[in-house]
Amino acid sequence: MAEIIQSKKALAVSPLKVSQPVGASLAFLGLGRSLPLMHGSQGCTAFGKVFFVRHFREPIPLQTTAMDQVSTIMGADENVVEALRTLSDKSKPDIIGLVTTGLSETQGTDIHRAVRDFRAAHPEFDHVAVVPVNTPDYLGCLESGFALAIEAIVETLVPEGRSAGKRPKQVNVLASGMLTPGDTEAIREWIEAFGLRPVMLPDIGDSLDGRLVEAEFSSLTLGGTPRPEIEAMGESTATLVIGPSLSRAADRLKDRTGVPDFRFAGLMGLDDCDAFTQALADISGKPVPERIERHRAQLQDAMVDSHFMLGFARIALAADPDLLGMQARFLAGMGAEIVAAVSPARHDSLAEVPVERVVVGDLEDLENAARAAGAQLVIANSHAAGTAQRLGLPLLRAGFPQYDLVGGYARTWVGYRGSRQALFDLANLMQGQHHELEAYRSIYRDAGFAADAPAERHVIPSSAAGLVH
Amino acid sequence: MKTSEIQALLDEPACSHNKKEKSGCARPKPGATAGGCSFDGAQIALLPIADVAHIVHGPIACAGSSWDNRGTRSSGVALYRIGMTTDLSETDVVMGRGEKRLFHAIKQAIDSYAPAAVFVYNTCVTALIGDDVEAVCKAAAERWGTPVVPVDAAGFYGTKNLGNRLAGEAMFRHVIGTREPEPARPRADGLPTYDVNLIGEYNIAGEFWHVAPLFDELGLRILCTLSGDARFHEVQTMHRAKVNMVVCAKALLNVARKMQESYGQPFFEGSFYGVQDVSNALRDFARLIGDPDLIARTEAVIAREEARSKAALEPWRERLSGKRVLLYTGGVKSWSIVSALQDLGMKVVATGTKKSTEEDKARIRELMGDETKMIDDGSPKALLSTYHDYKADILIAGGRNLYTALKARIPFLDINQEREFGYAGYHGMVELARQLALSMESPVWEAVRRPAPWAAAKGPGSVLAA
Repeated sequence: MAEIIQSKKALAVSPLKVSQPVGASLAFLGLGRSLPLMHGSQGCTAFGKVFFVRHFREPIPLQTTAMDQVSTIMGADENVVEALRTLSDKSKPDIIGLVTTGLSETQGTDIHRAVRDFRAAHPEFDHVAVVPVNTPDYLGCLESGFALAIEAIVETLVPEGRSAGKRPKQVNVLASGMLTPGDTEAIREWIEAFGLRPVMLPDIGDSLDGRLVEAEFSSLTLGGTPRPEIEAMGESTATLVIGPSLSRAADRLKDRTGVPDFRFAGLMGLDDCDAFTQALADISGKPVPERIERHRAQLQDAMVDSHFMLGFARIALAADPDLLGMQARFLAGMGAEIVAAVSPARHDSLAEVPVERVVVGDLEDLENAARAAGAQLVIANSHAAGTAQRLGLPLLRAGFPQYDLVGGYARTWVGYRGSRQALFDLANLMQGQHHELEAYRSIYRDAGFAADAPAERHVIPSSAAGLVH
Repeated sequence: MKTSEIQALLDEPACSHNKKEKSGCARPKPGATAGGCSFDGAQIALLPIADVAHIVHGPIACAGSSWDNRGTRSSGVALYRIGMTTDLSETDVVMGRGEKRLFHAIKQAIDSYAPAAVFVYNTCVTALIGDDVEAVCKAAAERWGTPVVPVDAAGFYGTKNLGNRLAGEAMFRHVIGTREPEPARPRADGLPTYDVNLIGEYNIAGEFWHVAPLFDELGLRILCTLSGDARFHEVQTMHRAKVNMVVCAKALLNVARKMQESYGQPFFEGSFYGVQDVSNALRDFARLIGDPDLIARTEAVIAREEARSKAALEPWRERLSGKRVLLYTGGVKSWSIVSALQDLGMKVVATGTKKSTEEDKARIRELMGDETKMIDDGSPKALLSTYHDYKADILIAGGRNLYTALKARIPFLDINQEREFGYAGYHGMVELARQLALSMESPVWEAVRRPAPWAAAKGPGSVLAA
């Protein structure tokens, strides 16, 4: 449906894009006793770490192969081996995610060979799984890097076999990088409501949900998908795939295991949620629990309540492809108009987004398009705070990073309840900028009452004006 | 950048670290390294120059993960806060189109934002594929008539500290001395005006504005701060100052030393944290300028401000006195913040000295006595065990350790560049005291350390439901 337009600028201004190595690292942060290792200069890791820490407000395990001038020119395989050895020895992880960067990719690294060298030199660390993934930052964005990591995890850790259904209550969930810890938690509860047992890959809801634990310090992830669970994904009854970015990873999983899959572009809004709920009913063979029916009815009520504020609402939306698609469908389903849509990178799924055009560009592109189209509301990550301010519009923060909002990472967008809350928030933001008509004073009305001057006009709270909005 | 040029920068005769192992030379250890790269350091040093278009030349990671994350503030134009990058694609890298793209990017920045100048930061990928950033900058400056300055500090060159120096070097080579300052307007009170520079002050959270009015009062015109709240044309005129102050960091000492050699400007090192240090800094300016009247007026201002500050801090001192601090910072800050804490009657039980020189350590001993523990190991584990062993009440460190502290349920104060509060100057001390009390006196610590009622019920003597 949508026309995809590549921004032609030589300079990206107010970049929207987050790099692939950061996206891949995020995926590894959702695995149990795991640790991402970036193969690049120490700055690649330091920046990534600060980025995550500001978003999640959590200590983040992330290491570097620390390429310097010599290893950049002479080859850095030794750095990889040494880093893997040091981490295996000191931190004793179950999984190390070996993530490349623009630097190591440009240098022409062969990380698979480096991992073989490590295996040959250090058989004592055979029990540590190493998942190499190529994620140069001159391609893709956060979601695509995340998806590449999921693909690599499946290929490295899920054994080939034909045991689908051996664990009849177990379902796999491949969860896109667009999902927050709050989202993955909600998805888990949704699935468990049908008596099923989800294996979430990854499970950032378990590792990055922000909780105080007994342990004062850990150099590995606390929580996240345990490695044995990943290895048993081939025995599940079904796989639920959330987000189009994961379709290649889903293909791999299906090829390797034969577990049938159900694919969903997103989980916001009535249609998305109904499709997911129906799938769970089909897989489990159980009726939809009353509690979920109740939540569905609540969403329907919120839809009719808020359609006054959201119908024809002119929205500027910037996000990675999965999130952009999910939000756009959700908003279109409320009668809103996406007047500006920007994605930082291409993906086939963008063509299906219900908007006229998607610009592959930056937040400057979003700002210009929003201004030209008279947008009323901006939905984007925290980097768009300046954009929204210059446009004089409210901003609903969605995506990565959210550093100027406490708890942005924890927000639940998906499901009947998450969608309902999103409707409430969107409607309130729209209402907050509702402009009253300018008063008209008849020429026949007495101008003599100084006390009734226009400036003294009472402010009518717009919240009372739902029906006349 | 050639290795020999980097080696030359690592050799900094004015730096007291120079005699021992230099932080810039130590090879980072794969799998056991923390801290930023040279590109990070270069950006920290120069990004606060507010009317410059700062272009990061490379693929997305360098700018994408870092733009708009600095605590520095501008009193006016805010162009520096807009992230700009050439965001190179795979074809740019493979086909070698980086230079061409950069050239057009510079034009776009000039056309859209009319910056006072453009700074171009080299990154790992563009350094590796051999983009001639310096030549592109030169050509662009000639073509478009706006100064374009190359900052060649790719990440793999080394540490953040080296990046600071490379950035300082770029300013010295390309910017400083390229314009004459306007003469200062005569003052209404008839007092003389003396021009000075601050080097390495970043106006974090606007904290320098606590101090700036005193400079105005004394007749010290700050020609330029490198680089907090600075403008490009101010950097150009730095060579005309009478005195340079290197604020709280060894990293830009190279700039001060070279300016001394080239322009005969004397410099001193100081800090604006803590009552004593602010007073010393003002005294040093007056002393180096050498005007007896200025020296006398400076003493009067110091007496007045110290008295005011003492009165303002009195209520806080009562609350904070005797509290025990674990301080973990780098280099100079390890002693400069100590004097601020002692002004509040607090006891520093241990301090990080990983980046400190022998001189810094001597200063620490002098300030805090011999029993203060000096810690070299900054790992979260080591910090926490020192915290418990020395019965500290609060950890003061950089933002990197913030969540180390919070996860361990201990109070924390951030003193790094990302922080939201300004602590400099006489007035900054009150903010510092307030933030310390806010964290230490918070009721949340007791609440989060308390076990759940049912967990307590399982203790000895309790009867479990059968």
